[in-house]
Amino acid sequence: MLNVSVYRYNPDVDSAPRMQDYQVDTGGKDLMVLDVMELLKAQDPTLVFRRSCREGVCGSDGLNINGKNGLACVTPLSECVRNNRLVLRPLPGLPVIRDLVIDMGQFYAQYEKIQPWLINDTPAPAIERLQSPEEREKLDGLYECILCACCSTACPSFWWNPDKFIGPAGLLQAYRFLADSRDTAAEERLAELDDPFSVFRCHSIQNCVAVCPKELNPTRAIGHIRTLLLRSGT
Amino acid sequence: MAKVHTISFDAVIVGGGGAGMRAALQLAQSGYKTAVISKVFPTRSHTVSAQGGITCAIASADPADQWQWHMYDTVKGSDYIGDQEAIEYMCSVGPEAVFELEHMGLPFSRTEEGRIYQRPFGGQSKNFGEGGQAARTCAAADRTGHALLHTLYQNNLKNRTVFLNEWFAVDLVKNQDGAVVGVIAIDIETGDVVHIKCRATVFATGGAGRIYASTTNAHINTGDGVAMALRAGFPVQDIEMWQFHPTGIAGAGVLVTEGCRGEGGYLINKDGERFMERYAPNAKDLAGRDVVARSMILEILAGRGCGPEGDHVLLKLDHLGEEVLHSRLPGICELSETFAHVDPVREPIPVVPTCHYMMGGIPTNVHGQALSRGPDGEDRIVPGLYACGEVACVSVHGANRLGGNSLLDLVVFGRASGLFIEQALREGVALRDAADEDVEAAMTRLRRLEDNNDGERTAELRRELQTIMQNHFGVFRRGDYMREGVDRLRQLRERIANVRLEDHSQAFNTARIEALELQNLLEVAEATAIAAEARTESRGAHAREDFPERDDDNWLCHSLYLPETREAAKRAVNFEPKTRPAFAPTARTY
Amino acid sequence: MGVKPVTSLGRSGLSDWLIQRVSAVVIAVYVLVMVGYLAVHPDLSYLQWAALHQQFWVRLLTLATVLAIAAHAWIGVWAVLTDYVTVRLMGAKATVLRIALELATIALILAYVVWAIEILWGA
Repeated sequence: MLNVSVYRYNPDVDSAPRMQDYQVDTGGKDLMVLDVMELLKAQDPTLVFRRSCREGVCGSDGLNINGKNGLACVTPLSECVRNNRLVLRPLPGLPVIRDLVIDMGQFYAQYEKIQPWLINDTPAPAIERLQSPEEREKLDGLYECILCACCSTACPSFWWNPDKFIGPAGLLQAYRFLADSRDTAAEERLAELDDPFSVFRCHSIQNCVAVCPKELNPTRAIGHIRTLLLRSGT
Repeated sequence: MAKVHTISFDAVIVGGGGAGMRAALQLAQSGYKTAVISKVFPTRSHTVSAQGGITCAIASADPADQWQWHMYDTVKGSDYIGDQEAIEYMCSVGPEAVFELEHMGLPFSRTEEGRIYQRPFGGQSKNFGEGGQAARTCAAADRTGHALLHTLYQNNLKNRTVFLNEWFAVDLVKNQDGAVVGVIAIDIETGDVVHIKCRATVFATGGAGRIYASTTNAHINTGDGVAMALRAGFPVQDIEMWQFHPTGIAGAGVLVTEGCRGEGGYLINKDGERFMERYAPNAKDLAGRDVVARSMILEILAGRGCGPEGDHVLLKLDHLGEEVLHSRLPGICELSETFAHVDPVREPIPVVPTCHYMMGGIPTNVHGQALSRGPDGEDRIVPGLYACGEVACVSVHGANRLGGNSLLDLVVFGRASGLFIEQALREGVALRDAADEDVEAAMTRLRRLEDNNDGERTAELRRELQTIMQNHFGVFRRGDYMREGVDRLRQLRERIANVRLEDHSQAFNTARIEALELQNLLEVAEATAIAAEARTESRGAHAREDFPERDDDNWLCHSLYLPETREAAKRAVNFEPKTRPAFAPTARTY
Repeated sequence: MGVKPVTSLGRSGLSDWLIQRVSAVVIAVYVLVMVGYLAVHPDLSYLQWAALHQQFWVRLLTLATVLAIAAHAWIGVWAVLTDYVTVRLMGAKATVLRIALELATIALILAYVVWAIEILWGA
């Protein structure tokens, strides 16, 4: 039997959050954390969490698992459980709606702020815009982001200023468009980022890199943005 | 629950996947007041899991490629019950729709010439089957669905589409004339129940793979749109046609793209034999998915399966080399490490046919208008209701979908629905408002669920349903097994209608949502079961041991499941493409 | 600009960031020079030490370092205050408190700068 401790809070009935203990029979298998949560949900239908694809591509089930942010569906128990104990909390730093479900509004707002769409005002050709494999390769490690928020909610700078600091996820996407050979709005994009908060609250703590379930590197992307700002400033 | 209040829009799209967001984008640009209702944040929709690509004759890999060749392959792949007018439309409009996606920013992989990279996929040929394998599937590495869904979401943000995220549509609201005038929906975060009123309701709710115990589908694929249509009395078409994808990771169900075989991977049995050479001497591992899935099951049944239980076969990729695997199939490397503990660079991946796609759905015309059946069996347009994507049955996939055609289907018909609705709204749509009792009728199910305190639990009933479907309506089907399955589902119906709700709180109550989804699963499962039992032949994905041959004399037609009588009727297949003669049915070999 | 801070004295995030790096280099150079000097003069007397600081280039370097510390400290303290002394974390009183702390920081830094100049260039 695995001991599981889960953060519970239902605004309809609870005045304050609490931790609830469960025991789960894993059948001795190295289940994914999400599988354990499904077993819990069958036991206690009032337990609430988000989930969708269960294969690490939709980004629904970002959680704080034994102290570290990650996706429940691709985190095997063997990777996180110590002393037969699993502790599940919502991602830190954003308001909790209920149990393991957080209000991601602030996170999405920062993503929208960087204008996450391709801008190219030249007339589109009858076929696709051409892009060499080398130019396309620059987008690898950037476009794969699934918006799970594991990185931004692991970032102290985002905890303190979620309304002003774009955060690692948003900045990774900012660079994804800056790096796209088809985008023509680099100057405007950079102008939007050159304040003391949006980019420069990043102090290279690198929690984002440590927790990203897709093994992306937002810190490196932020470094590239700084370099672009330096170049455009001189 | 007090009286339900109303929010009004011109058009409402239920579902935030590829089809819904493509339709929404079209309408957002039109200036009409449009909203997307999605039960998950849009980029969590199942389109995100599509891997291999979007099949379309853009003539990049082969400058001589023609959409007519793609049309031929799709008609043949459908085992001749795909509507040829719809397939013609999809294949001919496809290139324009794909170029639009590229212009929106979709990060396609590229050729040395800078064009979109296309890879070989199953069932794709040159020159009407005479010119060998075609490379026609446009890819963004093996994350095409992710790239597509995020690009569509981004462009909807750009165009300021209204999103009602984490809202769940419960049932359709029909007015006194039988026209659809919106839906009842729950705001999951607050528990508020609202009548969303509109002049065009677009279902883009995706598939229902969760009716099976083993599926590549996300937890959210519970057939909500199909079930809402059935409860509203509208028929569904070809719902017995379920695609089993040859390569789900054994045990986990997670999909491994057909692109693996497109890039040169192949299946082997326990003797290391490339067995597809026996079943499909020409196309081999790139035969139609139904053909490959059946061949795999036959190998396993013949005792040539792998593993201690002999219950799967292996997908061999190591001969492609680390560089190809890491550049073309990086997501697959990741998934197989995570879910099969296998590094494809060194070892083959254990795979087994797994439920993947619902070819059937709400019958529509090429404009996305939902069709129902008049008293004399003629098609009738349902005023106010549209469907596109997997929930719809246009029908471009017939009895078997070709790989890469689902993404094309959803962008082409999402776009077509949007274009048509824009024009319809411009010309003026007059629908009577729903009366209070119409809204109340649509609330029946929700009200009953609130009062269910002594039934059985959602998780247990769901498991039972999925097991019945898995055992009685799998890759191979047999009349007596299916009749038993139909009986068991009939018994399950009342128990599921009476499912116990153990959480009555308002904030983010997923117990309530899961109970409603379970009832939707049952509607889809029962329709599948009854339609499958009725079709006494083998065609495409529907393979019967007791009727092993295709029967064009009796069954070269769609099935139409009618909810009032719970019976399957027949509907004619369209053999009238606009620009060329129809492809006549012939024996389907690969 | 995405975010418009009121109390940041720098023109932009980039200039703040650059000033932090450049000032850090100046401080590091000064520390190295002083540590180096102390290392080669183990039996340093007060007269030698005073003579060193009478030299023009040393006084210039000291002044540059003082100014670098002033800029570095201001940017650093401002960043810390806008991280922790915020309405988000402390409620409405945070703004008043932060402005007070910022003014106190500025006053302190200015006092140190004036004092240092006084020491270096005073009679």
